[in-house]
Amino acid sequence: MSEFKMPSLGADMESAVLMEWKVKEGDHVTKGQVIAEVETSKGVIEIEVFETGVVEKILVEEETECAVGTPLALIASEGEGREEAVAEAAAEPEKVPPQPEPPSKEEPLKPEPQEEERPAAEPAERVKASPAARRKARELGVDLAALAAGSDRGIQLDAVEAAAETAAKAPEADGMRQAIARAMSRSNAEIPHYYLSTSVNMTPALAWLAALNAKRSIKERILPAALLIRAVVKALEAVPELNGFWQEERHSISKTVNPGIAIALRKGGLITPALLSAETMNLDETMHSLDDLITRTRSGRLRGSEMTQQTVTITNLGDLGVERVYGVIYPPQVAIVGLGRIIDAPWAEGDALSVRKVMQATIAGDHRATDGRTGALFLERLDHFLQNPQELL
Amino acid sequence: MTKEEIKQTIIEQIVMVAPDIEEEEIEPSANLQRSLEIDSFDFLKVLTALNEKLGVDVPETDYAQVDTLEHMTDYFEARL
Repeated sequence: MSEFKMPSLGADMESAVLMEWKVKEGDHVTKGQVIAEVETSKGVIEIEVFETGVVEKILVEEETECAVGTPLALIASEGEGREEAVAEAAAEPEKVPPQPEPPSKEEPLKPEPQEEERPAAEPAERVKASPAARRKARELGVDLAALAAGSDRGIQLDAVEAAAETAAKAPEADGMRQAIARAMSRSNAEIPHYYLSTSVNMTPALAWLAALNAKRSIKERILPAALLIRAVVKALEAVPELNGFWQEERHSISKTVNPGIAIALRKGGLITPALLSAETMNLDETMHSLDDLITRTRSGRLRGSEMTQQTVTITNLGDLGVERVYGVIYPPQVAIVGLGRIIDAPWAEGDALSVRKVMQATIAGDHRATDGRTGALFLERLDHFLQNPQELL
Repeated sequence: MTKEEIKQTIIEQIVMVAPDIEEEEIEPSANLQRSLEIDSFDFLKVLTALNEKLGVDVPETDYAQVDTLEHMTDYFEARL
């Protein structure tokens, strides 16, 4: 018997609205099954159950806002009696927040629960507002409940914007910003970062990709971003020490490669959902999965596992025209790979000087877990794959 | 198809791929990707959708000719 709780879908999440149950009491559920949808500041996220059993009791109604760690349902293991289950749950009213199932049994995968950041569980009445208005309100720090008082129709986007304009600029950063600030402060305070950078001649890889795409219909084309991520994943397979965690003074390596891909939302914000088991994908599959992940990130249809099981981070600020990225590691991960803009630059080969497409690849590593040599090996492998792109197919 | 219809078709596809973009935001002579923050994935989606609508395939080597709404309209007009 166990409690299915509101998971933490990122360090910046304090609560979420349970939007919809996909199961009802008495339903049989299997590990990994999506059983509910929750709305967070990052959109609607489908959350999965992490054990096989039967839904004994649903504790929270739809449209209820719940703090992280709030019990949402009771799940009985196969063969467990109902009375016993309920009694057990009643006996332990407050437990630590759940830790999503690690992909591998031996290797702990999850950050420690950050209890101090969690407000008490108190389901609040949900204010009627359109999803766009809700998002805008979060962005602008407008209190929807206050806005709703004295109006019985749903709040629309324009009302939120009007309220934000009349309100004085908030003296404090909003909750999301503060939570990011906490995670990043912790990273910078605790993780001794080392930074390495190398220039990669991208001309061979881009020429190879252009030739490949020329033979393909528009639907089957591969974008450079997919090729780069595939190359990073292959390099991580060769240097697995960078794909894992530092927890409890111990370095653990993850068997699966789940790179968190930094995806910018057009109207502000950044999410780094995981491309799960990227090491099992060939180049076409990487392109397809990446396209799907980006689409779902922007439309708000991510899975809980994609929000929690990142094993490393890849940030590609190339679109913003930045040449070199020195990242801040997201704990408890031990590395972040930065890919800069591809620019035309002078390139010496032998005694000839020519202009080539050049990209700066950087890695920030956790010096407690690995040494600069590990990072250097990774960059060497990454360069190797980009000079031999046929190995990435 | 008139030039105006082609332009409207392009706008429709951009808004469909990136629903948070308002039609008024699309400046005819501004670089689509930069001004609208459309990344390479969205840009490819727009071209794929236009290929299905208009039957014109834009090879990668022609991407420089479809960088703005105006240029893209001209490009498709010449090939329809």
